[in-house]
Amino acid sequence: MGGRRVARFLSLPEAIAHYVHDGDTVAMEGFTHLIPFAAAHEVIRQGRRDLTLVRMTPDLIYDQLIGMGCARRLVFSWGGNPGVGSLHRFRDAVEHGWPRPLELEEHSHAGIAHAYAAGAAGLPCAIFRGYLGTDLAGANPRIRFLECPFTGERLAAIPAIRPDVSIVHAQRADRAGNVLIEGIIGVQKEAVLAAARAVVTVEETVDDLRLASPNAVVLPNWTVDAIVEAPGGARPSYAHGYYGRDNTFYTAWDAISRDRDTFLAWMRENVLAAGPASRAGGGA
Amino acid sequence: MDYSRSEMMTVAAARALKNDDVCFVGIGLPSAACNLARLLHAPDITLIYESGTIGAKPHVLPLSIGDPELCETALTTVSVPETFAYWLQGGRISVGFLGAAQIDRFGNINSTVVGSYQTPTVRLPGAGGAPEIATLCGEVFVIIPHTRRSFVPTVDFITSFGYGTGGDHRKRLGIHTAGPSLVVTDLGLLRPDPETKELVVVSIHAGATVEEIRQQTGWEVRFASHVEQTPPPDDTELAALRGLVGRSARSAESTV
Repeated sequence: MGGRRVARFLSLPEAIAHYVHDGDTVAMEGFTHLIPFAAAHEVIRQGRRDLTLVRMTPDLIYDQLIGMGCARRLVFSWGGNPGVGSLHRFRDAVEHGWPRPLELEEHSHAGIAHAYAAGAAGLPCAIFRGYLGTDLAGANPRIRFLECPFTGERLAAIPAIRPDVSIVHAQRADRAGNVLIEGIIGVQKEAVLAAARAVVTVEETVDDLRLASPNAVVLPNWTVDAIVEAPGGARPSYAHGYYGRDNTFYTAWDAISRDRDTFLAWMRENVLAAGPASRAGGGA
Repeated sequence: MDYSRSEMMTVAAARALKNDDVCFVGIGLPSAACNLARLLHAPDITLIYESGTIGAKPHVLPLSIGDPELCETALTTVSVPETFAYWLQGGRISVGFLGAAQIDRFGNINSTVVGSYQTPTVRLPGAGGAPEIATLCGEVFVIIPHTRRSFVPTVDFITSFGYGTGGDHRKRLGIHTAGPSLVVTDLGLLRPDPETKELVVVSIHAGATVEEIRQQTGWEVRFASHVEQTPPPDDTELAALRGLVGRSARSAESTV
């Protein structure tokens, strides 16, 4: 992996321009919590194409990227609007190829979680109890099975996830670029450690991370390439200790995204025509 | 007190949970049933959501699987890989509580596609945690409204394995947990036949009929030799459920 890198503080446009390229495999993680919406909107504004998007729960963030034609392929395990219903842009891409066809690599949550952990551990694959009896194994050729060499138990194996770049949002970084993540921590640590490059947007930069415990989840500055100060950058999802989840926007997204023209108009007004400091959706 | 069929369903589901259960909770109907049980007869039940919140005691029902309410009321919150590796795969969950889009006569669940996988008529959200919940929890309860569209002879896609084609199919695949031992609908309760593993109606909710269950089931559904009548929700159950649903709705309206 080479010598020690140290995180640089960049603006959002600089970080995305520098670290996210056309054709990359990109993981934007955050399990309901700390979803890096501001960074995704910058990816959309910069017009990235042919991305392979990896995420356990594509959520509104990937619905927007898919609907704007940024994605060629999606690696995922649950593609819905949590508690509301369908992701209409995702469905339109899968069912009708709009705005372009979307290849799917579909897993279970356990599969993707284990595959990120394997990526973080530098392993080629994840081995775990999974996928028994499900048709997912027939639909996804990357789901294989092997026998435990010690017990003979039939276990699932899938390739480790090794993104070109992972993007996560966190509560805060100190001046040296060390990052604190707390609350529902999802797979963010694993996604960052599994990736070749990592961009972290934060609510604020502080002198002291104010760690509540010696076991707090901290990403040392040499595991991250770029830190971007982006207050409100997880809206309309939430940042534990900073602001709540905008469930009203999640519900409203159903109507905004159902129709292609309504969706495009919303994206033009709230994302394309807006600057990197805007927080589209979620009362910023 | 008058009650709706949906309330009957949630109350019947809550009654199935025990105070010493460790329950892996799906969002939506399962979450409502699990929290109702916690407010009634199972105050010590451990609820685990796949967002890593262990021992969550939400005051209001979460809209998503990772709402702040879950983390703020949990005993502890662990990472998602730890949730699936240590807590689910490690065999520490007694009951997995799932919802479903489609279920078939052998308790297999589809939440992936209607139609073929490559060219689906309807693309559903997909698996989430369900495939491993279905095979790694001690047993699985399913809650699903009873309609002909959702109760199909064979699911289009097995997202979560129930009893496959029946009999000892689970065992042959190396799955040693009990599987979907209870299906709660708005019309009644179904349990697998001990031998064939076909889902059989064992209880009919007050107000529902045999004929109605036949009509709303996509196969020629069998009834147990002694079919019970599910007692209607009592006043305590209804008050607890309405309190929970009511404050959840008020909280949703006031979200920032």
